[in-house]
Amino acid sequence: MKKIYYLIGGLLGLTLVYMGCNRAAGPNTNGALASSAAEKVYVAPGEQDEFYAFLSGGYSGNLTVYGLPSGRMFKEIPVFSQFPTSGYGYSEETKPMLNTSHGFIPWDDLHHPDISQTNGELDGRWIFVNGNNTPRIARISLETFETEEIIEIPNSGGNHSSAFITENTEYVIAGTRFAVPVPQRDMPINEYKGNFKGALSFISVAPETGRLDLKFQVLMPGFNYDLSHPGRGKSHGWHFFSTYNTEEANTLMEVNSSQNDKDFIAAINWKKIEDYVNNGGGTKMATNYAHNVYSHETHTGTTTMKKEVVTVDPTEIEGAVFFLPTPKSPHGCDVDPSGEYIIGSGKLSADLTVHSFTKMLAAIEGEKFDGEAYGIPILSFDDVMAGIVKSGGLGPLHTEFDANGNAYTTFFISSEVVKWRLETWDVVDRKPTFYSVGHLMIPGGNSRKPFGKYVVAMNKITKDRYLPTGPEMEHSAQIYDISGEKMELIYDFPTHGEPHYAAGCPAELLASKSKKIYRLDENKHPYGINNPSEARVERNGKEVHVYMGTIRSHFTPDNIEGIKVGDKVYFHITNHEQDFDVPHGFSILGQNTSELLIMPGQTKTSVWEPKQVGVWPFYCTDFCSALHQEMQGYVRVSPANSNIELSWSLGE
Amino acid sequence: MKIKFTISACLLALLIVGCGGKTEKKEDGFSVERKKSTEQAVETPESTNEVPASQRITLDNKGVGQIKNITLDPEIDQEMATSGGELFKTNCTACHKTDRRFIGPKMEGILERRSPEWVMNMILDPQLMVEEDRCAKDLLVEFNGAAMANQNLTVEQTRSLLEFFRTL
Repeated sequence: MKKIYYLIGGLLGLTLVYMGCNRAAGPNTNGALASSAAEKVYVAPGEQDEFYAFLSGGYSGNLTVYGLPSGRMFKEIPVFSQFPTSGYGYSEETKPMLNTSHGFIPWDDLHHPDISQTNGELDGRWIFVNGNNTPRIARISLETFETEEIIEIPNSGGNHSSAFITENTEYVIAGTRFAVPVPQRDMPINEYKGNFKGALSFISVAPETGRLDLKFQVLMPGFNYDLSHPGRGKSHGWHFFSTYNTEEANTLMEVNSSQNDKDFIAAINWKKIEDYVNNGGGTKMATNYAHNVYSHETHTGTTTMKKEVVTVDPTEIEGAVFFLPTPKSPHGCDVDPSGEYIIGSGKLSADLTVHSFTKMLAAIEGEKFDGEAYGIPILSFDDVMAGIVKSGGLGPLHTEFDANGNAYTTFFISSEVVKWRLETWDVVDRKPTFYSVGHLMIPGGNSRKPFGKYVVAMNKITKDRYLPTGPEMEHSAQIYDISGEKMELIYDFPTHGEPHYAAGCPAELLASKSKKIYRLDENKHPYGINNPSEARVERNGKEVHVYMGTIRSHFTPDNIEGIKVGDKVYFHITNHEQDFDVPHGFSILGQNTSELLIMPGQTKTSVWEPKQVGVWPFYCTDFCSALHQEMQGYVRVSPANSNIELSWSLGE
Repeated sequence: MKIKFTISACLLALLIVGCGGKTEKKEDGFSVERKKSTEQAVETPESTNEVPASQRITLDNKGVGQIKNITLDPEIDQEMATSGGELFKTNCTACHKTDRRFIGPKMEGILERRSPEWVMNMILDPQLMVEEDRCAKDLLVEFNGAAMANQNLTVEQTRSLLEFFRTL
């Protein structure tokens, strides 16, 4: 009998618990929402994320790699900035990557990543990014996740409508935000109007190697070319740039650049211009810019100074360039997956303007012009406009797309993401962001094939989202689940630097081909050593070259004598490991640069100029094994006039 | 005054050269018995063998890993041994000498102590061996915890290393 009571009691209890659970799972309880959101972003220990996300680092100069939906950061890839963590920009091999016509520049402002495409779909070979300040474009390998190439862009200033690639990665396109004198010269600033130019650069990408070549520059009127995106599908062969300051003001821009009711989206038929250039068109202009290429065989970057660029006057090519009037200083200029719609986000407006590619072609055909600017036809607004999205928000900036005909636009002033339908232009949902959102990113959201599961909103203001860390906070980002009709905020995470744009792709596109080691038998570094028996120290006047090897857990050699004050000592260190994720570090007391972090099979070089007599220790900075603390050595530094013979040893 | 300065500068230079050029008197350090005893390793409670792992003969033990059975041809394949020797130089000499103990055991006579299968398994997956093979585990302790590095060699490369060891 007792047993039955227990049974009934137990059943009742269970039912209550069960009902409790059910109630908790109902839509009105915050706790349950939070727990279902938690499940969506929870990647259990040992499990891996579904997507890679590459967030620009803005003023950090670097690119950060995250996982979605977890928001975990995996890596910071140094691109335009020196990075003491790995020695990028400090090691002898990587210093050339930061050379420009203005000398060695240890920093830049990295804005817009774009993953390479084939037939308009992400192919995951490379990711391209722009340096905004001293105009540059970089190509990063998605096998090594390292910067392989940086090309400087001449005749540009504020390289902002960059780095966007065409649908077969034929070109990476870089437009200037600031109009400048072309070629640069000494002239009064207030003679800007009509004299400055806006250069749009088309950099070809070699299909096999990814090698960049500045093929031609289109010299446009001196407007500000703010953002751009490629045509795709039916509009492949065209590229669209938003503009502001069509007033061509040169001072108090926040007032003077906002006078015109409409600025333009510039439509560039690059195929036509490419044909023109291939047939000898264009003008060769003397210039000077750096082209830096890194080789994974020699583990070394080299700089070549280029002296010439082909410039094109767009008015000389019939039908190559048109202006599409677009209200209120458009910022974002985004093209939907079909290539039909070009969305202009008038950043001082509440509405989005959508242009139709088909209507644009018809307007060109029918010569529906509203005038011209510096010889470039201005198409009639009503004849190209497909629709207006009455958003109810304020300050639209950027738009990405899913695969189901929906568009998602950020609104900076009203801090929200607005979801709307292509073709009906109806707003279907809106969700707040925290706070003042800039760009947003859907993996593949700038391609023919978006993966519309998550959208990441990248905000400019953080305020109270995290524990305070003094006046400076990392920027916040939010992840929304967009798989349903309504967007759902599921996660909030801090980012590094200032993310502008980002690019994402399914994990399986990259994970399986990610490089694990550099093969020692493919190491062609001129100062690399194949095995420890080649380890040695050579003197050439005041220059001393140390050919050093590392393996868990010792340096060969680890005792060096005969170095003198005033010597310039090059430590060329080859990591003889051939196992995944076993780098060794190197640092020596009094080194005026950063440490080195040397990947398995790699050779890196650090320069040390000892200034004081003594015996100076060096050690491995990366905890490499149980005997890591023992991975150390000494260099004896004698006075400049000493006659101590150069000697080196290990275990003697 | 100037002369005096020059003279003292010369003296100073001599002094510096003198210091730099000479070997400083060797100090023997403190005198407690601190020579490492090799027996210590095998005296650990887990061990059942009195002989240090590096001197044990374990020819019946094939180790743990993908190599189950190797039949050695009576004749040494010279070509294979030569390529194994080259691989040894590149991938192994940072820690192994042929004729003496270094970071790890010497290679001479290795096949008198270990089976061919054990040797290949140790090269191909040292981490698994240290986890699951008694002898490999004891060797790690005997050699100061210096874990053997996985050099990501193929079975074929490892086989040629084995052939090279036969020539030693």
